[in-house]
Amino acid sequence: MRGSDRSLNTHNESQRVCMTNCPTLIVMVGLPARGKTYISKKLTRYLNWIGVPTKEFNVGQYRRECLKIYKNFEFFRQDNEEGLKIRRQCALTALNDVREYLGVEGGQVAVFDATNTTQERRNTIMKFADQNEYKVFFVESVCEDPNVIAENIVQVKLGSPDYTDCNTEEAIEDFMKRIKCYENSYQPLDEVVDRALSYIKIMDVGRRYLVNRVQDHIQSRIVYYLMNIHITPRSIYLCRHGESDLNMKGRIGGDSGLTSRGKEFAQCLNHFIQEQNIRDLKVWTSQMKRTIQTAEALSMPYEQWKALNEIDAGVCEDMSYEEIQDHYPQEFALRDQDKYRYRYPKGESYEDLVQRLEPVIMELERQENVLVVCHQAVMRCLLAYFLDKSADELPYLKCPLHSVLKLTPVAYGCKVESIFLNVEAVNTHRDKPENVNISRLAKEALFTVPAHQ
Amino acid sequence: MAQTPNKPQVRKRFRCDSIASVPQFTNSPTMIVMVGLPARGKTYISKKLTRYLNWIGVPTKVFNVGQYRRDAVRTYKNFEFFRPDNEEAMKIRKACARSALSDVGTYFMLEHGQAAVFDATNTTRERREIILSYAKDNGYKVFFIESICDDPEIIAENIKQVKLSSPDYIDCDKEEAVADFLKRIECYKVTYVPLDDDKDSHLSYIKIFNVGSRYLVNRVQDHIQSRIVYYLMNIHVTPRTIYLCRHGESELNLVGRIGGDSGLSPRGTQFAGALGKYIKSQSIPDLKVWTSHMKRTIQTAEALGVPYEQWKALNEIDAGVCEDLTYEEIQANYPEEFALRDQDKYRYRYPKGESYEDLVQRLEPVIMELERQENVLVVCHQAVMRCLLAYFLDKSAEELPYLKCPLHTVLKLTPVAYGCKVESVSLNVEAVNTHRDRPAAPDEPPCALLAPPSRHTRVQPMASPTPTRAPRLQDLGVTSLSLEVLQSQDTTERSVPHPFGIKLNLNNNQFSFSHF
Repeated sequence: MRGSDRSLNTHNESQRVCMTNCPTLIVMVGLPARGKTYISKKLTRYLNWIGVPTKEFNVGQYRRECLKIYKNFEFFRQDNEEGLKIRRQCALTALNDVREYLGVEGGQVAVFDATNTTQERRNTIMKFADQNEYKVFFVESVCEDPNVIAENIVQVKLGSPDYTDCNTEEAIEDFMKRIKCYENSYQPLDEVVDRALSYIKIMDVGRRYLVNRVQDHIQSRIVYYLMNIHITPRSIYLCRHGESDLNMKGRIGGDSGLTSRGKEFAQCLNHFIQEQNIRDLKVWTSQMKRTIQTAEALSMPYEQWKALNEIDAGVCEDMSYEEIQDHYPQEFALRDQDKYRYRYPKGESYEDLVQRLEPVIMELERQENVLVVCHQAVMRCLLAYFLDKSADELPYLKCPLHSVLKLTPVAYGCKVESIFLNVEAVNTHRDKPENVNISRLAKEALFTVPAHQ
Repeated sequence: MAQTPNKPQVRKRFRCDSIASVPQFTNSPTMIVMVGLPARGKTYISKKLTRYLNWIGVPTKVFNVGQYRRDAVRTYKNFEFFRPDNEEAMKIRKACARSALSDVGTYFMLEHGQAAVFDATNTTRERREIILSYAKDNGYKVFFIESICDDPEIIAENIKQVKLSSPDYIDCDKEEAVADFLKRIECYKVTYVPLDDDKDSHLSYIKIFNVGSRYLVNRVQDHIQSRIVYYLMNIHVTPRTIYLCRHGESELNLVGRIGGDSGLSPRGTQFAGALGKYIKSQSIPDLKVWTSHMKRTIQTAEALGVPYEQWKALNEIDAGVCEDLTYEEIQANYPEEFALRDQDKYRYRYPKGESYEDLVQRLEPVIMELERQENVLVVCHQAVMRCLLAYFLDKSAEELPYLKCPLHTVLKLTPVAYGCKVESVSLNVEAVNTHRDRPAAPDEPPCALLAPPSRHTRVQPMASPTPTRAPRLQDLGVTSLSLEVLQSQDTTERSVPHPFGIKLNLNNNQFSFSHF
């Protein structure tokens, strides 16, 4: 998570295996409109979510800042010396920022997003990495399918700042000529010449992969992730179980059943899903009563994941916030101080939850249309992954009962629609109170607790 | 109880396939088909992959066609059997492949298998077509694993490790065996057609080059294939050793209580010191040390004086409502639960706690990382250590929860040939015994508490099943032979041994590696 710094010192309370000793520089390679930025952003989002501080450096962005106004494709002509000078300068500036990020700012992985289509450019980068002791991993995207390229252009190029003042045909035409400029000097990673390098070549949007010399754990995870993502259009529906008995009483955790309003919600959910007419929908629940009861109302098969169970509140299970304040005022305050990392005694933290949910995210990436019926903390973690939320924001994301979030991937991100299914429920969202000191008064701690029975 | 909702026994859970920790991996059974010249690691990969898939809960079995051939042709003379122009032999080999395929079908249809590894050279298009045809007719998915290697050193090492001791070469001396085997490889080379990236672009496969320096992955169809690819890309053959041990004796151990998070007893501290000495004496290069997040493993590792990493995933099994209780207290307070646990210790989940099955899912990333690493010492807990040991030693779900993992004993695992050599090293510090054997006759639970069907919805063998008994040559319908075939009238049931099995004697502290 951004902001969730992983200490590299293995001797203290690190949550997971130390991924790597030296930072990693991921270098994208490929002609324009091959999905490099899409992959860069997605990969960055995933790595941050699992706790590896990552940042992308888009050289095109540097060029836009340098050049202010983009005229046309001529800028990218191989014989345009001015253009070449500027582009080279932008790449070097970006590399400098990479050094800043991986050094002073404590970053672990940097994604260098540019075409990097010549050996010369790649050699420059590798020399830079050598000097700074970074590991280098190339991600090359190769695609000749004109439909895919056309779709890419429509999705992300037409809306680019480069083409704000053009109409669609002009933009497409110019962009195709731009691609041509790169094609002549394009030297793909070569099986023989580059056999000592670490890389993955993604061919035809994931139909085929060539993986060479994976050096360490993080590269192995990156390869696994890249091999599981796809771009087939689909929607992911996230919702919580219907209102439960414990919800009504303002108690956390436990394994209670649905209230009558919760059951009503389950029925409404069923209606909603039918109306949406979703192709081949998979339904997932946790192994707790309340999600299972909710899914039972849908007239379709569902699968239970233990990994989707609500966060374990340990000694605080089944308690109300008032009782927690009463019995564990110090713990309560500590939690408010760092809700993401705080672990309930004999329980879990949000950070633990993210690790637990990683296989769920991986499988969500593989799947197409899925409805996930889960819990508040779990839903916050999943949502944070899709919407790229930081560790600070995650535990306070609003995931009210009886609302469905419909996530549809579009361009470089995710469109979110929130649909409230019109069945009243208690509010279970507790905002961060003003006073998080251990010495605070009970009423200060309980100020933001939502109303309950 | 954190279990499924109370439903009348009568209503079938038709909407939910399983309540194990993770959902189904695949709908149709998958045939994993090995491809490659001899001595390219196909059987090594087959066995290892099968062991892994079974451990994570995918019923898998290896079908080694060479084994069928050995059972059909009792005595192996020499490489001439494998000459491409040897028509008699060709007929036999084809019949063996067909027989193996038929057994695959039986495994899927009648034995609830989900994956079958078809271990043979499968080096011709023609042979692969037969397999693809068969799979298509039966609705099985096919995933090819091709191992390509032209490094003569690797091939020589393979021959040394697993071919010299093969039943085929029992009566030969080393040089003869190697010479014959190399000629055998030549026989295959003549007709070898590797998977072609253009002609076979519609197939699902992974090509492994030179023991993993490069991979080509084509058309991964589903979750299980994606997991297989991930696993294959993480294993290696570099020699190394894995050390498994428990934390030193803890305060709760001393009073016979389970779970909890107590510190070391004085003897436990003594063990930690002894462990430090032992590790130093082993002079292990680049040893990584892993512990759980619990006091007792951390305190143990602290005594080693080397950096260590903590994995929450290595925490002991969560006994839920039974945490910190003695077995006597569990019997007094939760007698039905206690009995249910003894009925199916692997799948039983403590109320508000975990099952061994859950533990295995939790430990999968640890296993994956252990595969990636080289020398590692894992300081963990009883149930956790049983799960890890079961993975390395291919133990079943029935055996796993009863594996003996005593305190103050280090297990040293060294991969060798197709398996794992195990040495048990007791560090000579006394400790309580925490092992509870499987009760002789598990108590009958009261009728009202007969386990609801939801507890046992999935067939989940944990270990690779013993190889299928292959038919004799006569059964294959081959009549005239110019080869020596033992016409035995012996009708006694003879179990087919693992050609490269490991024999373990867990009763005393003597472990031996035998090759039979």
